[in-house]
Amino acid sequence: MNRTLIPLSLLLLAPLAGAQTTTLTIESWRNDDLKVWRDSIIPAFEKQNPDIRVVFSPSAPAEYNAVLDAKLKAGTAGDLITCRPFDKSLELFNAKRLSSLNGLAGLNNFDAVAKAAWSTDDGKTTFCIPMASVIHGFLYNKAAFKELGLSEPTTEAQFLAAMTKIKASGKYEPLVMGTKDQWESATMGYQNIGPTLWNGETGRKGLISGSAQYNKGGFLQAFQALERWKPFLPRGYQALAYPDAQNLFAQGRGAVYPAGSWDIGTFRQMNPKLELGAFAPYSISGKKCVIDDHPDIGLGINAASKNQAAARTFLTWVASDAFATLYANALPGFFPLANVKYTVTDPVAQEFLQWRAQCGKSFRSSYQILSRNANPNNENDLWNVSSQLLNGAMTPQAAGDLVQKNLASWYAPQKGK
Amino acid sequence: MLQPPRRARRPFPWHIVVFLAPAVLIYTAVMIYPILASLWLSLQTQVEGGAERFAGLANYRRLLGSELYAQPLWNAVRNNLVFFAIHMLVQNPVGLLLAVLLSFRLRGAALYRTLLFTPTVLSVVIIGFAWKLILNPAWGVQRGLLEPLGLQALDQPWLGLPGSALPTLSLISVWQNIGIPMLLFLAALVRIPDELYEAARLDGAGGWRIFRSIQLPLILPTVGIVSVLTFVGNFNAFDLIYSVQGALAGPNFASDILGTLFYRTFFGYQLQSGDEYMGAAVAGVMLGIILTGLLLYLAAVQRRLTEVEL
Repeated sequence: MNRTLIPLSLLLLAPLAGAQTTTLTIESWRNDDLKVWRDSIIPAFEKQNPDIRVVFSPSAPAEYNAVLDAKLKAGTAGDLITCRPFDKSLELFNAKRLSSLNGLAGLNNFDAVAKAAWSTDDGKTTFCIPMASVIHGFLYNKAAFKELGLSEPTTEAQFLAAMTKIKASGKYEPLVMGTKDQWESATMGYQNIGPTLWNGETGRKGLISGSAQYNKGGFLQAFQALERWKPFLPRGYQALAYPDAQNLFAQGRGAVYPAGSWDIGTFRQMNPKLELGAFAPYSISGKKCVIDDHPDIGLGINAASKNQAAARTFLTWVASDAFATLYANALPGFFPLANVKYTVTDPVAQEFLQWRAQCGKSFRSSYQILSRNANPNNENDLWNVSSQLLNGAMTPQAAGDLVQKNLASWYAPQKGK
Repeated sequence: MLQPPRRARRPFPWHIVVFLAPAVLIYTAVMIYPILASLWLSLQTQVEGGAERFAGLANYRRLLGSELYAQPLWNAVRNNLVFFAIHMLVQNPVGLLLAVLLSFRLRGAALYRTLLFTPTVLSVVIIGFAWKLILNPAWGVQRGLLEPLGLQALDQPWLGLPGSALPTLSLISVWQNIGIPMLLFLAALVRIPDELYEAARLDGAGGWRIFRSIQLPLILPTVGIVSVLTFVGNFNAFDLIYSVQGALAGPNFASDILGTLFYRTFFGYQLQSGDEYMGAAVAGVMLGIILTGLLLYLAAVQRRLTEVEL
């Protein structure tokens, strides 16, 4: 009896012995990153802050929003909350679930575009530390380009000429993307080459203020430019899903892959032998390139947490260069948003990063404010029309008109436009 | 001791209550209560950030009256009718044919029966994934099977074309579920006594005549049951479409049926947040359609079917 009781009581007492250390729990949807957090990120922090223990406790991505809501309501959520960009986190802040981070020293390391995803509409209060963004562009198969004597295109004319040449060779699928899952058409297509045409932030903010429309100017031209991709998509692209496109390209059967930077890690894993290259969204009709540097993931503090001070210490560290370097290399393709110095070792990820200096910067046009309405939802509309456009079921003008009509149906600044 | 002769009153039949109780309680808890709660939810609404309040039929008016909700709803109803029609025209006749063939006691009938029934017991997720792979334009076996036969023209992205996505999904569902009508028909056919067949043969009836005049009339009640099961199953369907096409039921909602529409409305999808009140209203409409169909069947068909005593 005693033999079992003694170890048992020791077990129960063990947490008390370490009572002076604070334990922080992180809520996250990135269960893919569990190993990276446990093995490299958290140990690095604990080494500098021996009195704080950190536990990374993710849930399944699709269930994260619902699980987090339930935990917050029940008062059982962790101290640190991983923040979705824009409206979902703003909703949490407005419901007083997230603490304001104003005054946190590390916040100075971020510019306004990076902070916009986790700030109130007036930009005065920020409630999550921007952790990483993803960048859009193109990945290409270096071996295929070499074989066909092609070089990285920088203008639309060069891009289309290269596509034609690859198609004529018959050996590779020129542009590897499917329209079955729909989101790639909008995310890797429209929002990839579009910002250049709508002048990045000028156009995006124009939509919000009501001075720009989806069926006019740059936003319409972006639909027209997207339509020019149609002849170069793989055979049967209407029924190709996202993993199909990834596999086609990873197997070396394709030449160019319209990408998000998060794909870099996937391709490195799927086929380490694939010679990966990258080029930025090409310029169209002489316009300077603008990249989609999309804020994707942030970290905030649960307003009900009892460990506010420790949590702020952790977030200050998340805003530092040490964290940036660690994170950028552990998860290539997720780029820290801080204006701090960090080096990325993956050459393709480096290439993506360089575009920040070469091109203008913006993010997906539909994410801030415009997707606040559940139905019709601006982002979901863009998925639908971009896919229909590539499937040949819709003209660029009809695509723009439909998105515009649905946006104007609820968004006051666009009413009657 | 003289007692007035009392008519012995039958004790209350407690055993009936006891025997019924488990089923009634479980069914109430997992079926009746949720249906009523869902209908009640569809009559509520919530102002932004405010408390829930009773809204009467406002959600249904919005669902049926505003273009934003009515257009997808009618699209889903139309698609659901096509889905149902394909099942009725393909699954049940072919199921009947297979049952009749199996009833002839062919060599290896048990093996065929098992093989034909196998897809029915597999998970829909497996079925959906397998067919997605078969029909995949990049590496599906579709191309390899069709090209040697000179049928390249049939090598199309069937799941990605607006005209073919829904029929393709319906046929996948037929392929999966054909075992159920087959077994029900087979069970009905096996019950027909051999004397009837013998008498028919003595009268010189051939296979078709036996089917027309003996088998079909005797299994008509089963035809009714199979039709009802198909109807209810089809208008509740969700899983196959979701596992093959995702919640957006593409392309451009060409394969959207009531189940997927309900899912998107209730739970939301990607940046579209869910609306439990409108979602419950969609569920209410589904319940209405299924009840109407059942009542029509009971009134028009079931009463005229007479079970033949053998």
